[in-house]
Amino acid sequence: MAKNIISFAHKVGAHIVYYVDYVGALTRLFFKTLYWIFIPPLKGQRIMRQAFIIGVESLPIVSLVAFFIGVILALQTAYQMQKLSSEIYIANIVALSIVRELGPVITSLIVAGRCGAAITAELGTMKVTEQIDALETLAANPIKYLVVPRFLAFTFMVPVLTMYANLVGIIGGYLICVYRLGIRSSMYLNMTFDSLQIKDVTTGLFKTLIFGMIIAMVGCLEGMRTEGGAEGVGKATTLSVVTSFILIIAADCVFTAIFYFIFP
Amino acid sequence: MIEIKNIYKNFNSSKILKGLSLNIADGETKVIIGRSGCGKSVLLKHIMGVLRPESGEIIIDGKNIAKISSKELNKLRMRMAMVFQGGALFDSLTVGENVGFTLYEYSKLGAREIEHRVEESLSNVELCGIQKLLPSELSGGMKKRVAIARALCVNPEIILYDEPTTGVDPITADSINELIRSLHDKLKVTSIVVTHDMKSAYRIADKIAMLYHGKIIAEGSAEEIQQTNHPVVYQFINGLAKGPITETIDKCI
Repeated sequence: MAKNIISFAHKVGAHIVYYVDYVGALTRLFFKTLYWIFIPPLKGQRIMRQAFIIGVESLPIVSLVAFFIGVILALQTAYQMQKLSSEIYIANIVALSIVRELGPVITSLIVAGRCGAAITAELGTMKVTEQIDALETLAANPIKYLVVPRFLAFTFMVPVLTMYANLVGIIGGYLICVYRLGIRSSMYLNMTFDSLQIKDVTTGLFKTLIFGMIIAMVGCLEGMRTEGGAEGVGKATTLSVVTSFILIIAADCVFTAIFYFIFP
Repeated sequence: MIEIKNIYKNFNSSKILKGLSLNIADGETKVIIGRSGCGKSVLLKHIMGVLRPESGEIIIDGKNIAKISSKELNKLRMRMAMVFQGGALFDSLTVGENVGFTLYEYSKLGAREIEHRVEESLSNVELCGIQKLLPSELSGGMKKRVAIARALCVNPEIILYDEPTTGVDPITADSINELIRSLHDKLKVTSIVVTHDMKSAYRIADKIAMLYHGKIIAEGSAEEIQQTNHPVVYQFINGLAKGPITETIDKCI
């Protein structure tokens, strides 16, 4: 019995140490990255290449998912609103839900799954094939060379993609309401723009800045900590996606609460 | 002059280097032999400053590399180069960009001059016209030679080779040996070569040192090592299945 309790305590302790160590490593990498951003030269070409991969190449999947979310949201809302004969408010609900919550979160999750996993796999492969060590021996700092361009590209591109996803999502809702539910186009647009305030857009976009940083930091950290060949790369990639998802949802919860209670 | 004084290194619970000491004179080619996994590559990474020892000192031209700033370390690294076991070429860059990496990043040379230097380095390893290829399009032997070209491109004073002839055909292996020898003879480059290919070791070494159980247990010229009475060194250089090295492992099992 005593042995079981000790064993359980040991496991719990090991988990706590692991998570504290992980948060520490993530914070250290974040501050090192901030430091290296301000050490010249900052090569724009490298940032643009990453921005292209994260932004432009994610457009098809973001468009598809955002459009479907808009459509689904309109239909689900219509189901309830028709009972109350308040179909006109579907536009408000679709716009506010997408701009304040679904647009930022869904876009960030897509980018984490698509690009966060890719950078972990890329950096992980570089780590296990000694390319990161080679960078150091060539007097190039791996954070400056590998992490900074990805960090800046994620931080800039996730909000841009989110704005695009918001637009596509609202179009999805618009098409359903105007062409299937018989709401007048001008009415739908008026209700959408009347319901949205600048604050709704900015709080949503602020969250995506943080989500972009989370995806970049977790993706790079997992990649640079990879050990153990191809199997290690696979494990690191899975861990990167799972950790990014958890941290995005947790950060979303925290910021939504802050915006609701402190800056209503 | 490279002086390694009493260094210790652990990975988790296993002790890899246990008080290793070694000196490498300027212009010397020192070959470090030892079984796979004994810490030879770890030693090279310590000399490049990629890994830091738990204790002990690595002094290059009078500077303890564990105590100098990262700026000074990078300055030192510009005079050194390392050829990794698998080449460690950057997958996303072409051969030309890999070879000229340091020049593109840090030098003020124009693109045409860098291209010329890249071409010269590639022709030193008997490869021409492959600048536009990606590392994934090269064979294992070509990757190794491109990695050597990348090292040569910065005209280093010290080159570290991690198993340069492993995994290549005998003819390529011999041409790599010849290249290391000619760099020593013509340019007086200091070389540290880690290998367990004894034919290569005898061919290129001024001195051979054997690493065993985290320490250098024997050191001497190729002739001295070939005529050794040390039972561990004797078993290793003659590739014998039975002897003190394997007996220790059997006892552990």
